[in-house]
Amino acid sequence: MKLIPCPLNGLRPADEFIYAGEVRHMPDPAQSTDADWARYVFHRSGVPGVKQEWWCHTPSGYWFIAERDTTTDEILRSYPAAQRKVEAS
Amino acid sequence: MMRRLPAVEGEWIDRSRPLQLRFEGRTVTALQGDTLSSALAAAGIMTVARSFKYHRPRGIVSAAGHDANAVFQIGHEPNQRGDQIAAREGLAFQAVNTRGGVARDRASAIGLLARFLPVGFYYKAFLGQRSFPWFERIIRNFSGLGRVRFDRIDPPRERRYQHCDVAVIGAGIAGLAAAVSAAEHGARRIVLIDEAQRPGGSGLWHAKTQPQDVARCRELIDRLNASSDVELLCSHSVVGYYADHELAVSRIDREDGGLRLLRARAVVMATGCIEQPAVFRNNDLPGVLLGSAAQRLLYRHGIGAGERIVVLGANDEAVALALDLVSQGLTITDLAVPEGSPIDPTSLPFGALRAAGVRVHGNVRAIAAQAGSDGTLAAVEWLGAGRREQVTCDCLLMSTGWMPALQLALQCGGSITFDAALGQHLPQTLPAGLFVAGRANGCFDFADRATDGAAAGEQAARHARGDLPVADRSAPPRSTRRHSHPAALFAHAAGKEFVDLDEDLTLADLANAAQEGFDSVELLKRYSTVGMGPSQGKLSNLNAARQLARVTGRELPTLGLTTARPPWQPVSLGALAGARLAPLRRTAMDAWHDRHGAVWMPAGNWRRPAYYVGATDTQQQIGAEVHAVRNGAGLIDVSTLGKIEVMGRDAGLLLDRMYVGVVSDLAPGRTRYAVMLDEAGTIIDDGVVARLADGRFYITTTTGGSTAIYRELQRRVAEWQLDCTLHNLTGHLAAMNLAGPRCREILAQCTQLPLDDKAFPYLALREGHVAGAEARIARVGFVGELGYEIHTPCDQAQAVWDALLHAGAATGLRPFGVEAQRILRLEKGHIIVGQDTDGVTNPFEAGLARMLRMNKPFFTGQRSLQALQRRGDRQQLIGFTIAAAQVPLAESHLAIDAGNIIGRITSVAYSATLGRTIGLALLAPAHAVIGGTVQFRDDHGAFHPATLVAPPFYDPAGERQRSGAQA
Repeated sequence: MKLIPCPLNGLRPADEFIYAGEVRHMPDPAQSTDADWARYVFHRSGVPGVKQEWWCHTPSGYWFIAERDTTTDEILRSYPAAQRKVEAS
Repeated sequence: MMRRLPAVEGEWIDRSRPLQLRFEGRTVTALQGDTLSSALAAAGIMTVARSFKYHRPRGIVSAAGHDANAVFQIGHEPNQRGDQIAAREGLAFQAVNTRGGVARDRASAIGLLARFLPVGFYYKAFLGQRSFPWFERIIRNFSGLGRVRFDRIDPPRERRYQHCDVAVIGAGIAGLAAAVSAAEHGARRIVLIDEAQRPGGSGLWHAKTQPQDVARCRELIDRLNASSDVELLCSHSVVGYYADHELAVSRIDREDGGLRLLRARAVVMATGCIEQPAVFRNNDLPGVLLGSAAQRLLYRHGIGAGERIVVLGANDEAVALALDLVSQGLTITDLAVPEGSPIDPTSLPFGALRAAGVRVHGNVRAIAAQAGSDGTLAAVEWLGAGRREQVTCDCLLMSTGWMPALQLALQCGGSITFDAALGQHLPQTLPAGLFVAGRANGCFDFADRATDGAAAGEQAARHARGDLPVADRSAPPRSTRRHSHPAALFAHAAGKEFVDLDEDLTLADLANAAQEGFDSVELLKRYSTVGMGPSQGKLSNLNAARQLARVTGRELPTLGLTTARPPWQPVSLGALAGARLAPLRRTAMDAWHDRHGAVWMPAGNWRRPAYYVGATDTQQQIGAEVHAVRNGAGLIDVSTLGKIEVMGRDAGLLLDRMYVGVVSDLAPGRTRYAVMLDEAGTIIDDGVVARLADGRFYITTTTGGSTAIYRELQRRVAEWQLDCTLHNLTGHLAAMNLAGPRCREILAQCTQLPLDDKAFPYLALREGHVAGAEARIARVGFVGELGYEIHTPCDQAQAVWDALLHAGAATGLRPFGVEAQRILRLEKGHIIVGQDTDGVTNPFEAGLARMLRMNKPFFTGQRSLQALQRRGDRQQLIGFTIAAAQVPLAESHLAIDAGNIIGRITSVAYSATLGRTIGLALLAPAHAVIGGTVQFRDDHGAFHPATLVAPPFYDPAGERQRSGAQA
């Protein structure tokens, strides 16, 4: 089983974590068309590469961001959610 | 015939401790330290199994569990590996694939049908066949290894979790050196794992010809035994190598062994090589075995592999083998060296061999074995130097090549490459922290294996400490010459040259498969099933690839390899299942419910009473519970609700963004029903939000959603960086709902709180004491009667429950379960999220539009609802009634109109209160017309007309829950 570095709890086995998808930029609801909004809600990019992802260490209830290379399944780093960078998609 | 020799120095058996085993009804005398295979060998039983397809007699091949011949049924446990299971007094076992025992297997007649069982037989036979079920039954009866007892439930097997600095896989000379070296370089928790009963591997062979090597090996073993840093796990197999150095370690010396999950900081694989058989006619006869198998039998169990032994040898190891066996008093008559072998028969130390009476034959171009009347090896003939020669013998040892055991490295993401100079695969890239040493790393000389192992042990110890890797690990002392014949495949006009002993596949089978177009290793495997048997290609994958290369005119390295997947050795399903850790959550009143006849139903990971058993039948009991709530009072345990306190300056903001309505404007001491959506506008949860004070809210969630909703709230707090703290009280607080027209007078006996409508109105929440326990009490109306939901700490909840029941005894208060609650809420038309809604139901469709505050600045799902509102509803939740009482309709039964599906039932029950069947259905909007009629179809195809109505069915104005009006 994989080990995941939690910024709060250190290296812990993967089954203590849940994954909640890529960090995505929410477009301004008032400004976006139905099509743009639908793309935000339903579209997920499966292109392999380094992704910012939401992870939660469930015993401690701690959410953080991990940067993971989805081609190698290697977690490059992880940091608190406050430090995340969200780029407009 | 095999037999026990006089004592061999260093043997693993204890000749003073005989054992009696039962093999297929025969008594077999063995010794302490024997395996099942060696016990049979010592008793002279050459045929230990029948082959999978043709039921040919089979004997010991590897004596190491690398083949699937010596596989036995022990009691109810099928497929136990006889090479590795220790003999125990009284153990009874039998071959797994026979009709009437190995000696006279009636199914062996199937071998006569061999030419009607071509490669890819299943695919060919069943393509488009309507007779498949008939064929399937016959084949299932005939194939399969062993018998599974389906009527038996085994106790759960232990699952152990362990951490270590360095794990060393393989306790041969390289592994022993690695473990010692790792300890010397600071590793403190070292686990050394080997499949055999004792450490040493091949380092203990050649006791008389290379005594200094054996002495070195024994010295290392003694040092390990004296070390407190090393745990030695013999008779254990590493069956899986997972991410970040997690090893699945299976105990194999007992048929009921469990699994150990070992997390290492660094790993040394000193897994050695698997000796590969040569492929020639009748190479599967009992008596034809690997050279290494003869040495295992000799040095571990004191068994001679035969009286007159012929060696088919192609490498240095074959010469050493012959000299070694001769030195131990065995008779080697001939050494046949195939053409193209790495050794040159003209420049070898043949003087010693000749002196021992071994005749040496070079340039052997063809070889075939012959069976005697008992079906075991009787003679070998070969064609060499233009002459055909035949010798009688009872044992043919194959020593023609090796395959490094690198599958575990491949499992964890490593890669290997074919080294042409060495003529075998070598590690190419390995994950950080994995080091390969010894023969698996291409080092063949004894001293080189020890050196390489020590170097790997040092590297692993450094890696485990977190030190940077040593930049320049000197190149491993790899062998500079080949140790394998490039392709020891000898086709014969009469066939029966077995490449895969598990699956009875011959050279011709593989050639045919390739010619039919299955000419890549992966396709060849799937079509022919080569390498798919219990031994997973340990003895067949390489030879199959060689045959494919030969047939297609390609080079072996260009063919690649089939994907390596766990398990490396077979593991029983019971070991994989382990002891299940699925904790059942019990409410504080669980024991009371159990004592009072609760019939349990699962609710998330909790259990809840469905109803309480009484004097009458199920339906009458549930009816009586409903009747009590409608006419007197009832009490239900609702502790499984999610209960979360939300605190902080931004608590109201968070909840306003999560729920579809406004909650931040609630006055302290007030509650409101609230609905939560996901980003697509789908309903995911509902519950009650209460404001306790400024900056303090208390919310409930559905039972099933409590974990996910709490988590999502936490994520949103982190994402939006809110000043907000969440406290999950789900397990801390118990909750019970006291409901019914007479519940106020019951509660009044247990609390000082004023309960009149003015002081404690509908939807209010009060904090106080009930029966002396701190409690939050909310006036709720889920079941449509005057009701109080009491939340109180778990440790006091049973006392509160008891006090309420005591207070209500005179009023007819009775506990009710989930079944009654479902009917009660259905009468009120209250939805259950996940039952009356599905994965796409939005609030418009569920009749909850009145809850929405679309003019709020933001809530999750709001923007999607705006789009959905413009698009129009896809379905509509609506009520229906049927006058009859006994209607065989259930959830998910379909509504049909003119042959088309127009919707389905989401809830249905008979309401004794109303005297008719009521329900909710999701229907296409065009058909969801109040007053209309739809036809629901039951399981038997009968249609039941129902009248569509607007819920609620009962007390539509809600007078009863608001004022507690008496019936």
